[in-house]
Amino acid sequence: MSGVTPEGALPPTPSQTVGPYFSFGLEWEDGPFAVPEGTPGAIRLEGRLFDGLGNPIPDGLIETWQADPDGRFAHPDDPRGAVAWDGFRGFARSPVDDEGRWSILTLKPGPVPGPRGSVQAPHVAVSVLARGVLVRLATRIYFGDEEEANAADPVLAGLRGGEAERRTLIAAPVEGGYRLDIRLQGPDETVFFAI
Amino acid sequence: MHHKHEVERKAEAGEVSPLWSGPGEGLIVPGYRRDHEKVDPPGDFPAYRGTISRHPKRPLVPIPDMLTEVTGPLLGEDRVGESDFDLTVVGTGGEAQGQKMVLHGRVIDGDGRPLRNTLVEIWQANAAGRYWHAWDNHPAPLDPHFEGVGRCMTDDEGRYRFITIRPGSYPWGNHFNAWRPAHIHFSLFGRAFAQRLVTQMYFPGDPMFDHDPIFNSVREPEGRARLIAAFDWEATSPEWALGYRFDIVLRGRESTPFEEVRS
Repeated sequence: MSGVTPEGALPPTPSQTVGPYFSFGLEWEDGPFAVPEGTPGAIRLEGRLFDGLGNPIPDGLIETWQADPDGRFAHPDDPRGAVAWDGFRGFARSPVDDEGRWSILTLKPGPVPGPRGSVQAPHVAVSVLARGVLVRLATRIYFGDEEEANAADPVLAGLRGGEAERRTLIAAPVEGGYRLDIRLQGPDETVFFAI
Repeated sequence: MHHKHEVERKAEAGEVSPLWSGPGEGLIVPGYRRDHEKVDPPGDFPAYRGTISRHPKRPLVPIPDMLTEVTGPLLGEDRVGESDFDLTVVGTGGEAQGQKMVLHGRVIDGDGRPLRNTLVEIWQANAAGRYWHAWDNHPAPLDPHFEGVGRCMTDDEGRYRFITIRPGSYPWGNHFNAWRPAHIHFSLFGRAFAQRLVTQMYFPGDPMFDHDPIFNSVREPEGRARLIAAFDWEATSPEWALGYRFDIVLRGRESTPFEEVRS
């Protein structure tokens, strides 16, 4: 039952905006690095963050969470058993600059099992936090050179808006990595998920 | 009795992805309850002007919690320095200006289970209502001995504890004579991507409550009440600091689909 706290359980603490002045609190020196610089096979995942007027957002934060190149998570709730990939944190946190640019260094994730025997294409889960955003926005980044896997991905396949929506989630291969802009509003508004 | 999730009904009606269409083969992971949807603010809350061009206009697309959502970064002690819990000690050892407070509480999930060894990050304005940030041009004094950043890990009971000072209110440009109630920002990871929470903690009886659209973006009075710390006599320390307690509840887990069908 959506939105209902069962009897005896506690309702969650509500969300509030990160505000404009979080950078001194939430920026880590190693934040953008899910793997250390110089890691073999590391890719740069980058893009820009825009508001509904097409203006870059200078006071936002992008966080990413993903599987390792084998499609596994270093976490006890992965029922296949937690496996750590040496030097790989799985998590990255990038501030944006005055032009809304964000960038992380990571490894490309492998495919991840989905419900009912499906296979999720390689993807990165993303949280967008910013002034004016009252609740963390959740989206995903897929990879443009994984056409076959993307075609079989249950989340992409489930989008009602078809190709126009799908392409807001698929990063284009560029030298050294991949690139995708995130748009909070407008004709090319990024698909955000209720999770 | 099996209560169908709203999105399960939609899946059967062909309105959303077949991911939701009921139990079947494959990896089943218990997800997190979606009761945050009822307590969280709407994305679009025009009284807070910052939301106007920064909320998605299309409805969020519901997806079930899969492996990516039920896992998350388990950041360890290496993120936290020994004195990071004490915001009143910075650099060369001078003392922060303002009223000292012991701020503590528990991080638990909706079923009362403690979230152990989870990172708690806080940041705040100083006693005069000024942030350690280049864009804050409120002409209140900066305090060289107070940056306003704290970090700690919860213990085995989910408890955290900070020493800080009570932040001041500050003006902002949202509307005429707009002042934020005094608040401390909190960032929490829990144990899953689905549990990520960024919020703000307020102080009891703040006269700015009625005038603040960010606080009031939480529509239910009970929800707003859960953002307000309680004065804590027990945690108050003679001749030194006032105690405040702020407990944080992250989303609880859903029972597994199998259990739902059985019960």
